[in-house]
Amino acid sequence: MSVKEILEWVAILLILLGSIVSVISALGLIRLPDVYTRSHAASKSSTLAVFLSLLGAFIYFWFHDGYVSIRLILGIIFVFITSPVAGHLICRAAYRSRVPLAEGSGSDELKPALYGGDSVIINTDESLNKESYPQ
Amino acid sequence: MKETILLIALTLFMVAIAILLYRVIVGPSMPDRAIALDTIGVNLISAIAIVSIMLKTKAFLEAILILGILAFIGTIAFSKYIERGVIVERKGDS
Repeated sequence: MSVKEILEWVAILLILLGSIVSVISALGLIRLPDVYTRSHAASKSSTLAVFLSLLGAFIYFWFHDGYVSIRLILGIIFVFITSPVAGHLICRAAYRSRVPLAEGSGSDELKPALYGGDSVIINTDESLNKESYPQ
Repeated sequence: MKETILLIALTLFMVAIAILLYRVIVGPSMPDRAIALDTIGVNLISAIAIVSIMLKTKAFLEAILILGILAFIGTIAFSKYIERGVIVERKGDS
């Protein structure tokens, strides 16, 4: 096998890895309990998936056709800039429109800062609180 | 062999989009649907890159940039609508 062929195989395996990460991210969006934890699955791991597959496409076009594609690099940079911004904006909109937190969350410290009142301890199970926050 | 692996990868992306469509339809609140639509846009970018390798053409690479920009602007508009109730704010409003 020549170097060119080996690098094409590396590119194709990167694309396959990206698609597997994408399916894992979609499963996270199904399985996690509320919108805040779901945004964790949606923004981080799907950004990794699109990074891996676009990098694979870039390496494939580079060594198969000898074509260095600026557009693919711009696509990678653009997704890396915009995906955290979009995740942050949706989480902010969800909290301000009062989407409830999942059961089993810890304490909510943003609520007294925004709406007044005491900090709400959502998890009332004493043993679980002691385990997660040792004094 | 390479074609088969690329086809498998494309199928996995379509499976991910189908799973996300469940969240778009069922999702209990509006931000859930917005997050799932944003992730569908990001997955479509990767699917277009794979299609452009399989068809041996470079013509689809512009579509990647356009789709990225459109998915981002759509997400911004959705989150502003969910938070404020309007998308374009003017000075005389509220």
